[in-house]
Amino acid sequence: MSRYITRLRMRRTYKWNGRPVGEDRKLKRQYYESMSISVEGKTEDATVSLGQYILIEGDDDDNPFVAQLLKLYTDDSGKKKTAVLQWFVRMCEVPQNKRKLLGRDPHPQEIFFYQDRSCDNEVDGETILGAVQIEYVPVQDPFPVGKSRDILFVKLLWDTKSFRALDPELMQPPQSPKSPPPSSRGPQTRALPTPDPSVMKRAMSGILTRGSMSTGKMSSSEAESLHSASKLSAAKALSAKRRSQAVSGPQVRKKLDLCSPSKNMSRDDVLGELLDERSEKTLTSKLNTSPTGRISISIRLTPLNLNKEECVSPLSSHSPDKPRMTAHDKDDAARARTPSRRKDSAALREPALAALAEEEHEDSPINTAATSRSKRKSAQLVSSRIKKQLNLLGNKIDLQSDGEDGDDDDCFIPSKIDLQSSSDEEEEAKIDSEDELIVKKHRGSGTSRSTEKTRVSARTPRKTPSKKTAPATPRTPRHATPSIPSRTAPARKPGNVLEEARARLHVSSVPESLPCREQEFQDIYNFVESKVIDGTGGCMYISGVPGTGKTATVHEVIRSLQQSAEQDEIPHFRFIEINGMKMTDPHQAYVQILQKLTDQKATPDHAAALLEKRFSAPAPKKETVVLLVDELDLLWTRKQNVMYNLFDWPTRRNARLVVLTIANTMDLPERIMINRVASRLGLTRMSFQPYTFKQLQQIITSRLNRVKAFEEDALQLVSRKVAALSGDARRCLDICRRATEICEHSGSQKNSSGLVGMSHVMEALDEMFSSSYISAIRCASVQEQLFLRAVIAEFRRLGLEEATFQQVFVQHQALCRVEGLQPANVSEGLTVCQRLGSCRLLLLEGSRLDLFLRIRLNVSQDDVLYALKAD
Amino acid sequence: MSKRRSLTEAQCVSLAQKLLRERLCHQKLPDRPLALDSQYKHLLELLRRTAVHGESNSVLIVGPRGSGKTMLLGCVLRELMSLKEAQKNVLLVELNGLLQTDDKIALKEITRQLHLENVVGDKVFGSFAENLAFLLEALKKGDKSSSRPVVFVLDEFDLFAHHKNQTLLYNLLDVSQSAQTPVAVLGLTCRLDVLELLEKRVKSRFSHRQIHLFSSLSFAQYVDAVRSQLSLPPDFPDPKFSDAWNHSVTKLCEEKSVEEILRRHFNSSKDFRSLHSLLFLSVSRVSVSHSTLHEADLLEASRLISADSKAIILHGLSILELCLIIAMKHLNDTYDGEPFNFQMVHNEFKKFIQRKSHSIHKFEKPVVMKAFEHLLQLELVRPVDSGVCKVQREYQLMRLMLEHGQVMEALQRYPQCPTDVKQWALSAFA
Repeated sequence: MSRYITRLRMRRTYKWNGRPVGEDRKLKRQYYESMSISVEGKTEDATVSLGQYILIEGDDDDNPFVAQLLKLYTDDSGKKKTAVLQWFVRMCEVPQNKRKLLGRDPHPQEIFFYQDRSCDNEVDGETILGAVQIEYVPVQDPFPVGKSRDILFVKLLWDTKSFRALDPELMQPPQSPKSPPPSSRGPQTRALPTPDPSVMKRAMSGILTRGSMSTGKMSSSEAESLHSASKLSAAKALSAKRRSQAVSGPQVRKKLDLCSPSKNMSRDDVLGELLDERSEKTLTSKLNTSPTGRISISIRLTPLNLNKEECVSPLSSHSPDKPRMTAHDKDDAARARTPSRRKDSAALREPALAALAEEEHEDSPINTAATSRSKRKSAQLVSSRIKKQLNLLGNKIDLQSDGEDGDDDDCFIPSKIDLQSSSDEEEEAKIDSEDELIVKKHRGSGTSRSTEKTRVSARTPRKTPSKKTAPATPRTPRHATPSIPSRTAPARKPGNVLEEARARLHVSSVPESLPCREQEFQDIYNFVESKVIDGTGGCMYISGVPGTGKTATVHEVIRSLQQSAEQDEIPHFRFIEINGMKMTDPHQAYVQILQKLTDQKATPDHAAALLEKRFSAPAPKKETVVLLVDELDLLWTRKQNVMYNLFDWPTRRNARLVVLTIANTMDLPERIMINRVASRLGLTRMSFQPYTFKQLQQIITSRLNRVKAFEEDALQLVSRKVAALSGDARRCLDICRRATEICEHSGSQKNSSGLVGMSHVMEALDEMFSSSYISAIRCASVQEQLFLRAVIAEFRRLGLEEATFQQVFVQHQALCRVEGLQPANVSEGLTVCQRLGSCRLLLLEGSRLDLFLRIRLNVSQDDVLYALKAD
Repeated sequence: MSKRRSLTEAQCVSLAQKLLRERLCHQKLPDRPLALDSQYKHLLELLRRTAVHGESNSVLIVGPRGSGKTMLLGCVLRELMSLKEAQKNVLLVELNGLLQTDDKIALKEITRQLHLENVVGDKVFGSFAENLAFLLEALKKGDKSSSRPVVFVLDEFDLFAHHKNQTLLYNLLDVSQSAQTPVAVLGLTCRLDVLELLEKRVKSRFSHRQIHLFSSLSFAQYVDAVRSQLSLPPDFPDPKFSDAWNHSVTKLCEEKSVEEILRRHFNSSKDFRSLHSLLFLSVSRVSVSHSTLHEADLLEASRLISADSKAIILHGLSILELCLIIAMKHLNDTYDGEPFNFQMVHNEFKKFIQRKSHSIHKFEKPVVMKAFEHLLQLELVRPVDSGVCKVQREYQLMRLMLEHGQVMEALQRYPQCPTDVKQWALSAFA
């Protein structure tokens, strides 16, 4: 894909071509059929007309949006040019977690037909960058190779939930008012890359399908005109019915086989046939037209009289969200017309391959029906036989090409095996390989790249990565998959009640539900849900002391919102989380958001620019993004631009960004934010109160979940104690965990119940909360104790809380004499003093001050005296 | 056998010395930590749970310097690694606050020790931000049951708390409180107030387990430890020599004067590091002609260790310099510790020369100045403010960095000190 550099800001001028072709008086719109875009510095203008595939300027300069142009109109002022589009999505636009639904690596040039009614399909006409070629590839076919990198391929349809096979008919633009058939489009947009005969042939067949598509469009208008009266309701019913019929019934295929058993049709034809059959059936039941009659009519039709009819046909109001209807109507003609043409193309094949082609054609109905996987069985026998044969052939070809470029081939063969191992698709790949020897080599290298990629991603996290892969790519940590090696022996499961309780009480274990935060949960849920449903943006500030369940509650909210999104109760959204503590610099926030949003890497400045663009540009098929910013206070910078941006983006009209911020202090906005930032944060605030003892007790009980390990009183003691101190749930859980350990150790001695009782909890509380200073003083050496006494004596003498070492040392020596010890000299005295300073019983100045360093006590004098007296 | 017997006494002595020095200097781990049984069990159990059950934990080992924190941890890790289950599972990352002085260096060290993918050889690639993201990603990917537990040992834990935002601590402790790769964060520190250093978010994530190491050693235990430290092991090649040696050590420990020395040391500090230096010095005095330890050796070692460093410097001063020191001492006494300048000292010295001195000649002022500057260089006197002001050198205010007692002691010991100088020093008024 070449780059469509919009960053260069080439000046584009947009002009209507010709007169308006229609007018909607009610909406005051004038419809046009084409628009010319002239780029400064280029002589010829590019023209985009209805039905053509175009590129729309997007966030990503490398991958602009792709769409099909359905309508062009201007409002009465004539200033604003608007385009109505059918969107296509690239793989990178599909949400990350859904990408694996594809089940294979996407082709680099692959795009998907986008089917989502919630998505806005009108854009400013001036965002159009130019035309692009899109080619429909049937599901079973491999991606054509050797074509220009500018051609995009459509194979599947993405409806925000899953990938489905795409009807080629969906790609036909619905009829626009009075537009003549863009008959010249095929040859105009298609450039054959090489005059190679095999490629030529492929291109030919491509044109043929394209041709059939365009004729299909014409005939659709005919069909429209035929039964315009009942069309709307009929079409609706039809589309509904079609959706319910995800797989075509077996009888459809039988019918098909019956009507064309001997016909040497190509796959495309059969697909068309198959689809026609179905639409035909429904149509006939609706319209009471006999199928044979209809077919004969459509065969008779020529483009010319189609045109005529079209001009005559009364124009119906044609809303853009009914492309499906017309697509079905079009089917008839497409089916009827193509066989003959395809026969020609088939005849063009080399005679050597004729037999194979024959087989392929016989086989093709099965492949086309592959979407209905249930009834493949009978066909599998045949196909497997053919596969075998083809593989043999394919391998031979590989061997022949070996000599030409050795580098590709050793990658190529494994890739080949890879391909064989997967599904029906591979068969087509092989058929292609016979058609095109030269192209094949390219393909080989292409697939080898993709398989290599899968190998990297599938790499098991063993301990050797640095040896194996790193030397080859030493400077690419971005491609590496960091992971801690997995353990050799599996982790042991908890054995007894106490261990079980301990595992449940670990802060990390995710509880079934979060008790005691129902109100907060509901508030946040409502806030986020309403924003997601409305497609608007907003900010919320959540505060509370550590360990009160802020982050956990937000995660719980997101989890349940995601669940309801899965069940289609609310639109889908992206959830992104950043944490101020988990970045090295506030500006890294941009980098992390961008990376999580689009998987791009950028410098902070560039990332900020890209995000700015993304959130301010009106991109139509944007999902709402829910951004959780944890530890907000760390994103503070002197200019506060990071915070400013985070709160400013949601206020943009098209941003669809919900920002939830978490910090510890309630008055953070008032304290550290300048006015323009605080104002944008808004007043949606919530504060999490520290847990009360009842709530803490409930939390422990719900976590234990009927594992009987604690006495009631013990639980109450813990929760009361913690609630009085901090209300930190983490603390509470940690104490309980420690208490189970103590219980386990003492349990062997005598304990009758085996439960964690008061004494154990008391001991744990003691360990965690009691000050260690007193025991430290008691265990200090004699000289250290004397020194502490000297300090106190000197303080009392001076009446101050501070003394120099020299003063204290004099006292110390006096005390030594009183105690009958040999008085220490200055060096020893200083050593003692420093030792007390290093465990912070004393607070000292720098030791280079020597005799004049000032000493203060870090403990209260009473504590020291108490500790010394108890001796 | 014949070879063993043929060991000469000289060989025996050098072998014994080598063995003991190794024990005293290399800080070889003892088989079992002395008097720390409960702490040992607690820590071992904690680490075992991390290794075997994949339970994340965090703990602080707090104790004064030389109380055996590293030794305890070493013993526990040795025992842990001898467990078959833990041996191949546990990854160990050791950091030291004195080496990894900021989070950037610490992160590089962690990634290097964990052999993550952005490491080639000993080089770690990527910027600070990338490294952090990388490490967090790696830790996040793991889960409780399948990834290898990582034991982070943070020596000088308190220094990590001074890193910017405490990013590293927050992230490590956060991992230990969330369902990611199981980690055990072990902090070693001598600061009792270490928890107050932690930021409230970091503190909340810390499990508040603290293992305190306060030696409650009695003197009898202390003497026992000395004996066992000095004894030769039973597998010493020459049993006759080792028996004799051990016997002499036992007898030595029972002697009154030795007990006095040891008690003095015990009183000043209970830690083993200072004891080791004492024993090392005495062991070094053993030679062929002097093949067993005597109390004189210990006495000498003790004298060396507890010598006052400034008193030793005073011994090397000239008479003139000593006189200046005495003058300063008198000034200190008269003005009650107020700072003085050179001119004052010189005046005091001149008075002494004129009135009392018989033995000392009159020195020129520049000579006295020179002597004074030498004292300044030795930092026996120090300017009050660090010399920024533009006062003439003679009038710069100074302080004497010596205790009264130190001066007197030095005078007593000074070889051939003139008696008039001594008298001058002792006289209450100059």
